[in-house]
Amino acid sequence: MTVFIIRRLVQSVLVVFVMSFLVFGGVNLVGDPVEMMVSDEADQEERERVIRSMGLDKPWYVQYGLFVANAAQGDLGKSFVYGEQALGIIVQRMPATFELALAALLMAIVIGIPLGVYSGLNSESRFSKVIMAGSILGFSLPTFWVGLMFIMVFAVMLGWLPSTGRGETVELLGINVSFLTTNGLSHLILPAVNLALFKISLVIRLARAGTREIVHMDFIKFARAKGLSTQRVIMVHLMKNIMIPVVTVLGLEFGGLIAFSVVTETVFAWPGMGKLIIDSIQGLDRPVIVAYLMIIVLVFVVINLVVDVLYSILDPRVRIQDVKG
Amino acid sequence: MQIRKTLVLAAAAAAVSFAPQAYAQTLTIGLGTEPTSIDPHYHNLGPNNQIAQHFFSRLIEQDHKQNLSPGLATSWKANDDTTWEFKLRKGVKFHDGSDFNADDVLFSMHRGGNHPNAKSSFGLYTKGKTYTKVDDYTVRVTTAKPYPLMPVDLSSVHIVSDQEKDKWEGEYNNGKSAHGTGPYKLVKWVKGEVLEMVRYDGYHGAKPHWKRVVIKPINSAPSRLAALLSGDVDFIDQVPTVDIARLKKNAKVELSQGVSNRIIYLHMDQYRDNPQYMKSHDGKPLTKNPMKDVRVRKAISMAISRDLIVDRVMEGVAIPAGQLLPEGFFGRSSKLMVQKYDPEGAKKLLAEAGYPNGFQATLHGPNNRYINDAKIVEAIAQMLTRIGIKTTPDTMPKSVFFKRGKNKGPAKPAEWNFQLVGWGSSTGEPSSPLRSLLGTYDKTKGWGSSNRGLHSNPVMDKILDEALATVDDTKRAALLAKATEIGVGEDQGIVPLHYQVNTWAGKKGLTFKARTDERTVAYDVVPN
Repeated sequence: MTVFIIRRLVQSVLVVFVMSFLVFGGVNLVGDPVEMMVSDEADQEERERVIRSMGLDKPWYVQYGLFVANAAQGDLGKSFVYGEQALGIIVQRMPATFELALAALLMAIVIGIPLGVYSGLNSESRFSKVIMAGSILGFSLPTFWVGLMFIMVFAVMLGWLPSTGRGETVELLGINVSFLTTNGLSHLILPAVNLALFKISLVIRLARAGTREIVHMDFIKFARAKGLSTQRVIMVHLMKNIMIPVVTVLGLEFGGLIAFSVVTETVFAWPGMGKLIIDSIQGLDRPVIVAYLMIIVLVFVVINLVVDVLYSILDPRVRIQDVKG
Repeated sequence: MQIRKTLVLAAAAAAVSFAPQAYAQTLTIGLGTEPTSIDPHYHNLGPNNQIAQHFFSRLIEQDHKQNLSPGLATSWKANDDTTWEFKLRKGVKFHDGSDFNADDVLFSMHRGGNHPNAKSSFGLYTKGKTYTKVDDYTVRVTTAKPYPLMPVDLSSVHIVSDQEKDKWEGEYNNGKSAHGTGPYKLVKWVKGEVLEMVRYDGYHGAKPHWKRVVIKPINSAPSRLAALLSGDVDFIDQVPTVDIARLKKNAKVELSQGVSNRIIYLHMDQYRDNPQYMKSHDGKPLTKNPMKDVRVRKAISMAISRDLIVDRVMEGVAIPAGQLLPEGFFGRSSKLMVQKYDPEGAKKLLAEAGYPNGFQATLHGPNNRYINDAKIVEAIAQMLTRIGIKTTPDTMPKSVFFKRGKNKGPAKPAEWNFQLVGWGSSTGEPSSPLRSLLGTYDKTKGWGSSNRGLHSNPVMDKILDEALATVDDTKRAALLAKATEIGVGEDQGIVPLHYQVNTWAGKKGLTFKARTDERTVAYDVVPN
C-alpha cells in the first residue's frame, strides 16, 4: 500500500509539471493582460511601466523559468489584478467552494442512492417511473437555467430563500463556514441543490443499474434462501456491491464539482473559486489561472488516490498489490 | 391564489422581523463590477474610483455631471499661466483622527504617481507638476508650460494621510490604512463576497442619508436583477437593456437613467496601404486602402441609421452621437450635428471615390465589453452591405479582441482595419479623446495611444496643441470645439455612433442621481 501511494505521488509530480507547462504556455497565447488592466486614458509611457511591473517585458521562456523557480519554493506568483499572492487569493475562496461541493455531494448520496435502489428493486412501479423521468430532467436541463428558475421561484416569487450570495459565516477550526448558521444555511440551499441536481440524477442511474444487475445474482438468492431479512439483504449484501461504481464516479465527480462549479457560483454570486476563475479568465489574470489549475490538478490527483484506497476497502478483490505495483 | 399570497406575506413578515437593522438606515447595493483594491492609488479604473470616493476625498470633487466643486480645497485659482494656488479646507480630520493639511496633499500627489504596484497609476494626472507647500493650508502647483487641465487633473486624485507612509494596497484592503476624509469608513472587505462601510460623522461635506452601506458584488446581470426583485438588495447598477421595458411597469421598482460620457464609435484604418481585411468583391486584395479616402469614411457614416440602432438594438436606451461628448459638456461643438441616415448620398460618395460597387470589409468588435456591442456590430454590417460595402461582422471576447485591435505605433498598427470600440471621457471634456483617439501617434507626447486607425491631421494637432496651452476657459472651449469639428466632422477620423445611457434600479422610493461617469455612489442614492 505505502509503495503504491508513493509511486502515485511521484507520478503526480510529473503530471503537475507537464500541466504547468501546458497551462503557462496556453495562457500566454491568449490576449494582452495589460490591455485588460490599464485605464483607457493611460498613455504609452504608463502602459510600458505596467508591462515592466508585471514582468511581461521578458520573453515567455524567461517568464516560465521564473515561474517554475518560484513555484518550486511554493510561490505561484502575484495576481496581476489584485497584486496579492495568487495562491492566497485562491485559498481564501476555497472554503466556500468546498462547502458548496460537499453539500451537493451529500445530497447526491442521501437522495440519489435510496431513490436509485428503490427504482432498481421496483422497476415497474409508477413511482420508479417518476424517479427515472425526473433524473432525465436532472441530466438534461442546463444548470444555468435551472439556477435562474430557482431564484425566480423560491426567491423572487415565493420569497422563501435569499437569491444570491453567501450568508453569515462562523469560524470552525479556523475556517469560515456558513452551514452552522440559519442565515448561512438558507443561502446554501439553492446553490447546493442546483449543483447537486446533475449528480443526484447520475447516482440514481448508477444505483438503479447496479441494483438491477446484482439483485438477480446467486449470492443474493442464497442470502434470501438462508432466511436473512430483506432489510439485511439490501442494506449489506446489495449495497456493498453497488457502491463500487458509485464511489468511483462520485470521486471523480467531486473533483468536477470543485473545479467546475463555475456556472452555479456565477448565477448565485457565490464567493467561491469558480467565480474567481471565471473573473480571472475574463480579466486575463494569468498567475491566478495558472495557480488555480495547478491546485485543481492536485485535487484530482488526491481524489483519485482516495478512490483507489476506498475501492480496496469496499471490494476485497481489488486489493492494491504492493509487490507488483 | 389566496394561500400563496398569505405565504408570501408571511415570508415577507419573517424576513423583516429577522432583518438585523432597520431598513431606513442601511442600504444594500448589488454591484456589477467589484474593485480590485481599496487603495485609491492602485488602479485608476471606474470600479475602483467609485468605491474610493466613499472613503477618500479629493481636492476638487466632480458632481454627477462631472462639474467641479470644492472638496478638500475650498478655492483654487491660476496666479498666472503656469502657477496654480489651492486653498485647503481647515479642521478636516482623517478617519483615524489625524489632521488634514498641505503635507497630506504633497504626499498623495507623490504616491498617486509613484505607486510601485499600480496597475494603472494616477501619474497621468500628477506628472509634470511641481507641488510646493506655501503654508499648512495653501499648496502651489507649477508647470513648465501653461496647463489649463490642472483642476480637472487634481479632481481625479484621492487624498490619503501622510501618516500612512510605506503602506500599500495590502494594508488598505484589510482596512488598517484605509483612512481617508470621505463620507464613509471601511468596515470590512471580503473579495467577491461583501464590502461594508459605515457613515463617518466627522465628514466635512453634506451628511449622507445611510448610516451603513453593504455592497455585494453580483456580476451576472439576471442574478443581480433577481436579487433586487427578491428584496435581497435595495439598489443595483448596470440594468440590462432588455429588462428595462418590463421593469418600468413594475410598481415596486424605480429606475434611474442618465447619459454617460462614453461614446461608441468606429475606427477605420487610415494608415496601411494593403489592408488585410478589405477585399474587392471578387475576393482579390485591394490595390489601395479605401478608408484612406475621406469620402469613403463619410459614406460609412451616412450609411448608418443611428436612430434604428438606438431604437431596435439599444431598446431606446442610448443617444445618437455626432461628436465626442453628449450635450452639456465643456468644449463641445455647437455646429456638429448627428449624421442623417442617407444611403443614396453614401452610394454617390462611394462612386465618387472610385468604388461604385463598393468592396468587402470585416467589422471587428468585442462581445462582452459595451452594452449590446455584438448586436451593434451585426446591425452596422447589414447597413453597410446595403450601400455596397459587403461587411462581415466578427465579434469576440474582449480579452482576445483588444490585444489584436490595439495600435502600437506605425511600426505595429492594429490588426483590425475596421473596429467598434468605446471611450469614456473621465475628465468630462473632449481633450482626452481628441488626444488619444485622433491625435497623431506620438509616444513622447503621449498622443494617439488609442488611435486605432492611426488617423493623422497636422492641422487638428496644431489646434489641439494650442487648446492644451490655453488657460482661458472660453478660448479653450472654442479651440476644442474647432478641433472636434475638424477631426470628427471634416475628416471623419472616427465614426461616432451613440452615447451610452446607463440604467440603475432601486426599490420604489429610492432615487439616484445618474452619473455621467457611470459610477455607482451610495450617498447619491436617496429616499424621496
